Amino acid sequence: MIDVHSISFRYQKDWILRDISFQIGKGEFIGVIGPNGSGKTTLLKILYRLLSPQEGEVLFELVPLKRMSRTDIAKRIAVVAQETYPLFPFRVIEIVLMGRSPYLGYLMFESERDLEIAKKAMEWTEILNFSERPIDELSGGERKRVFIARALAQESEVILLDEPTANLDIHHQIEFLDLILSLNRERGLTIVMATHDMNLASEFCDRLILLRQGRIYKMGTPQEVITKETIETVYGCDVWVDQNPVSAMPRISLLRKERHEIETVGRDRISTK
Amino acid sequence: MRFITRKKVIIISILLTILLGLVILFSITVGSVKVGSLRSITILLQSILGLKGAETETERAIILSLRLPRALLAGLVGAGLSVSGAIFQALLRNPLADPYILGVSSGAAVGAIIAVLMGLSSLSIGLPLASFIGAFLTILIVFNFGRQNGKMHPNTLLLAGVIIGSFLSALIMFFISISQKEELHTIIFWLMGDFSFSNPQAVYMIFPYIFLGFIFLYLRARQLNLILSGEESALQMGVDVERLKLISYLLASLITAASVSVCGLIGFVGLIVPHSVRLIFGPDHRLLLPSAALIGASFLIASDTFARTLLAPTELPVGVITAAFGGPFFIYLLRTRKVVKTL
Repeated sequence: MIDVHSISFRYQKDWILRDISFQIGKGEFIGVIGPNGSGKTTLLKILYRLLSPQEGEVLFELVPLKRMSRTDIAKRIAVVAQETYPLFPFRVIEIVLMGRSPYLGYLMFESERDLEIAKKAMEWTEILNFSERPIDELSGGERKRVFIARALAQESEVILLDEPTANLDIHHQIEFLDLILSLNRERGLTIVMATHDMNLASEFCDRLILLRQGRIYKMGTPQEVITKETIETVYGCDVWVDQNPVSAMPRISLLRKERHEIETVGRDRISTK
Repeated sequence: MRFITRKKVIIISILLTILLGLVILFSITVGSVKVGSLRSITILLQSILGLKGAETETERAIILSLRLPRALLAGLVGAGLSVSGAIFQALLRNPLADPYILGVSSGAAVGAIIAVLMGLSSLSIGLPLASFIGAFLTILIVFNFGRQNGKMHPNTLLLAGVIIGSFLSALIMFFISISQKEELHTIIFWLMGDFSFSNPQAVYMIFPYIFLGFIFLYLRARQLNLILSGEESALQMGVDVERLKLISYLLASLITAASVSVCGLIGFVGLIVPHSVRLIFGPDHRLLLPSAALIGASFLIASDTFARTLLAPTELPVGVITAAFGGPFFIYLLRTRKVVKTL
């Protein structure tokens, strides 16, 4: 569905992304992980042509992204970016209806059908009961769902998420990603999520892309990417990787510096026994 | 569910147009010569239908050549300043923005002052023309400096506007310091914003700018909603952001230039009318722009009517009234409702 073909990108002199290639199939749930400044957000921005790479190209269903019009892109790819809110307090329903913009062209007002689509999107994200509240009166978790509803109202095939779980507590993190997963599994939406939370990425994503200094360091299933060796090389800190006892997916534990040697040695001894 | 529909916009616009009509009617009946409202209506109707009634020539002249053009002029300026204020607030994503923030007003002032110093009477069409040229040149300069790599960044534009504005202010000070006493009075009143000097025929001059400017801005009302969430967010929704910004900045600046050129720097209208309307009707530009235009027109006509009758026969500059009445009302709204997001 999305074919990223050896792209390189730089703002000024230094390359932010270098020779990135990968493919995303329809209905996949992809996680983009990597340290701060590794190019995660830049990569997402290239995927919806907020930025254009200097080298290489991105194909969307075999069509180069740069040949598609803005509205065409908006109809295919929706984005839930890091916190952006209107300067003045719009109501929830008004924000969700904005998702219909790519379909309205020069029409001034939404039709009954647009309203139906917005209502369905709010039903799915369970925000219908506060559809009239101003956006700034909502909690962080509720606001995230409003923007997911807006993305759903956009009726796109792909949703790009940039750090969606930052600033959410664990309850809302899980609730939010369960919602995303249901959209992925039940509605066949393709999801690309940039995140710092590798444990959540490991639980939810089909495939992970691990970036390091603007290049793909490793790509594959969570089991392939999240290994003690890989994570320690890329992040430069010591970690312990085992399995989540319930899901059997890789799980990262962080280690304190002064104690980790004894601990790891201890663990190694246990495991080698 | 409450959101903006075509029906809602039409109904509110009609109601506000009726309000505007009443304000105009009130404005043309009061003054040093009292003409009853019924009488005024008959005079208006007669002139529209081309009939001649029993009313005296003096009354006809007062209504048709003095008060009505002045009310229409105040209405156009009020609408223009309110709409361009709303646009600047949205584009610069700054609730403190007003139509003068990019220095258009200072350019207009320099143009007007040069015209006064050259001996042009304030009643001639030369003064508004000079002022409009001053404003237009300022727009070109500010936009030229405010662009980086072909893109207009709000803060760069804001800085360019403020800096060029303060340079022009220095010019204004200089001109004031070398001006004669009679000129000084005209200049000071112009700077305070005043309709008593304005040529009623200026209505025809500024109408096309303000009317067409409004129409073209209104066509982009929905896109302006999207840009309130930021340019990236608007782009994600398929908006050609750079084009939207260029067109909107240019139209809003032209509207401001046209408004300012006929009556000087009337403060406050362009700042508080958009905010007040947002507090009452919400931030959606599809409703905000027409209601701001109509309410701004009514507000400025009412203010001008007070300005010329309060201490009659002395006329106050209308800017004094807009600030004196608008300020407290805005504080009241501010205390009772929320203006901007409180995230």
